[in-house]
Amino acid sequence: MTADALLDVRAVTKRFGGFTALDQVDMEVKAGERFGLIGPNGSGKTTMINCISGTLANEGGEIVFKGVKLDGKKPHQRTRLGIARSFQIPKPFRSLTVLENLGIALEFATGTGRSEVREQGMAILETIGLAERARANAGSLTQIDMRKLELARAMATQPELLISDEAMAGLSSTEVDDILDILFKLNEGGITIIMIEHIMRAVMRFSTRIVVLDAGRKIAEGNPDEIVNDPEVERAYLGE
Amino acid sequence: MKWPAVKLSPFWLCAAVIALLGIAVTIFDLFNINTFIFFAGYVVLQYVVLATAWNIMGGYMGYVNFGTAGFFAVGAYASVVLYNLFQAPLALMIPFAGVVCALLGLAMGYLTLRLRGVFFAIATLAMAIVLETLIINWEFVGGATGAYILRSREQAPFGDYIEFLFFVMLLLAIFAVSVARWLELSRTGRGFVAIRDDEIAAECAGVPTLRLKLIATTVSGFLMGVAGAPFALYVSFIEPSSAFNLIYAVNAIAMPMIGGATTWLGPVIGALLLGTVQQVATVTISSELNLLIVGVVLVFFVIVAPEGIVGLLKKWFGGRRDDR
Repeated sequence: MTADALLDVRAVTKRFGGFTALDQVDMEVKAGERFGLIGPNGSGKTTMINCISGTLANEGGEIVFKGVKLDGKKPHQRTRLGIARSFQIPKPFRSLTVLENLGIALEFATGTGRSEVREQGMAILETIGLAERARANAGSLTQIDMRKLELARAMATQPELLISDEAMAGLSSTEVDDILDILFKLNEGGITIIMIEHIMRAVMRFSTRIVVLDAGRKIAEGNPDEIVNDPEVERAYLGE
Repeated sequence: MKWPAVKLSPFWLCAAVIALLGIAVTIFDLFNINTFIFFAGYVVLQYVVLATAWNIMGGYMGYVNFGTAGFFAVGAYASVVLYNLFQAPLALMIPFAGVVCALLGLAMGYLTLRLRGVFFAIATLAMAIVLETLIINWEFVGGATGAYILRSREQAPFGDYIEFLFFVMLLLAIFAVSVARWLELSRTGRGFVAIRDDEIAAECAGVPTLRLKLIATTVSGFLMGVAGAPFALYVSFIEPSSAFNLIYAVNAIAMPMIGGATTWLGPVIGALLLGTVQQVATVTISSELNLLIVGVVLVFFVIVAPEGIVGLLKKWFGGRRDDR
């Protein structure tokens, strides 16, 4: 592990019964990096995210964040350490308003006092571009706004590492640019970002480094140009 | 037209109503109009406690507990144990029953909270049945034949003992509602709502879901136990089939649903309404009719007002949040 690694994934293995979803995957994310994680459907991307955020327990290997071993830590403890994630299928707290959604994260992950929740929450919503919907019911949002809420709520935990799990799937191309702009802005603010995405245009533009998974194995790693020209990657996506 | 803004918070309004009720009942008593009102009022207030306790888990957090009767009966039998040991006074029975049921709630939480939705509900129902079987086979508390508890006929300064129990239950109801309201307005209560809406998202937002769920089962268990503590004194004879009666579980679910399960006020309204209707029906028509009434009213509310009376009132008096 190099000195500047924020997240170090070492030989992580995850099985579901007889099916191996992740097979000895190594991956290292440096502080401040824009990291892309791609691969065909079922290649283990979301499983990897679940292992990092703690919603699944990995069977083999270990995950180290800021020098702290994450094994055995619950998701909320990992969140408090500085790992935040958004969900592929948005999971808003539907009976709460947008601002209250952020309030949950602010109060529980960062211990923000009740009196400052509003101010801090609104500041995050301004950054994400969701401020005018602050008082709307989270369940009534449009798809793009729900994706933004996912990112905003993740940001409210004041993370050092933000994992964006297909935040753009199903959005129009202007909406994709919208989300990309937000992620660039957050990264400039000093947050390390792992982007999982199927939209190649977005991943290639965003990432400084990319890891490709296929059937639970890491098949390639490099900058976007290297990945595009990698024959293994081409085979994984297009077949022989 | 906008309704004039009412500055009086619902909590104080409710406190005022309860105080007025107390005064009215006292006047009733002074003129010796009818002592049955204490007998019936006790049951209604007991349901306020049970419905409020159920709502902490079921309403705030979305975990449906079918085992209310189990907790209630264990509370009642905890009192019997104390009585059989050294004829303990009620003042000791209530906290003891509460603590026993709080521990039971904690244990149930540890064992069952990995289960979600209908599986959790079935586990709680099974727990009540297991507990009933245990009590039936425990001779010390009377087993299947039941146990008598002798109580004094009168209790100064209330006169009749039932009257005294009524006021005890009134205090317990106020206590239960205060606890529920305090929880609801606290950070913990907001965590409950997050769990209800999406448990995984809550956990990833930093909410310690397991700890909050255990708090909920413990507090809920405590309150249910407290509600059951005076039961044996109230009926003076206790046996498993009455203490573990399914009607407690059904009512504890139906009342918050009718009143509105997301606020502390809902179970209070539901229990006062449905409890009173049941008491009136018991006297005027038949006690067998109670379950039918619950069923019909529940179906009606699920169709007409799925968010209960409180939800309906909010909709009418413009509590819309999504207007901006």
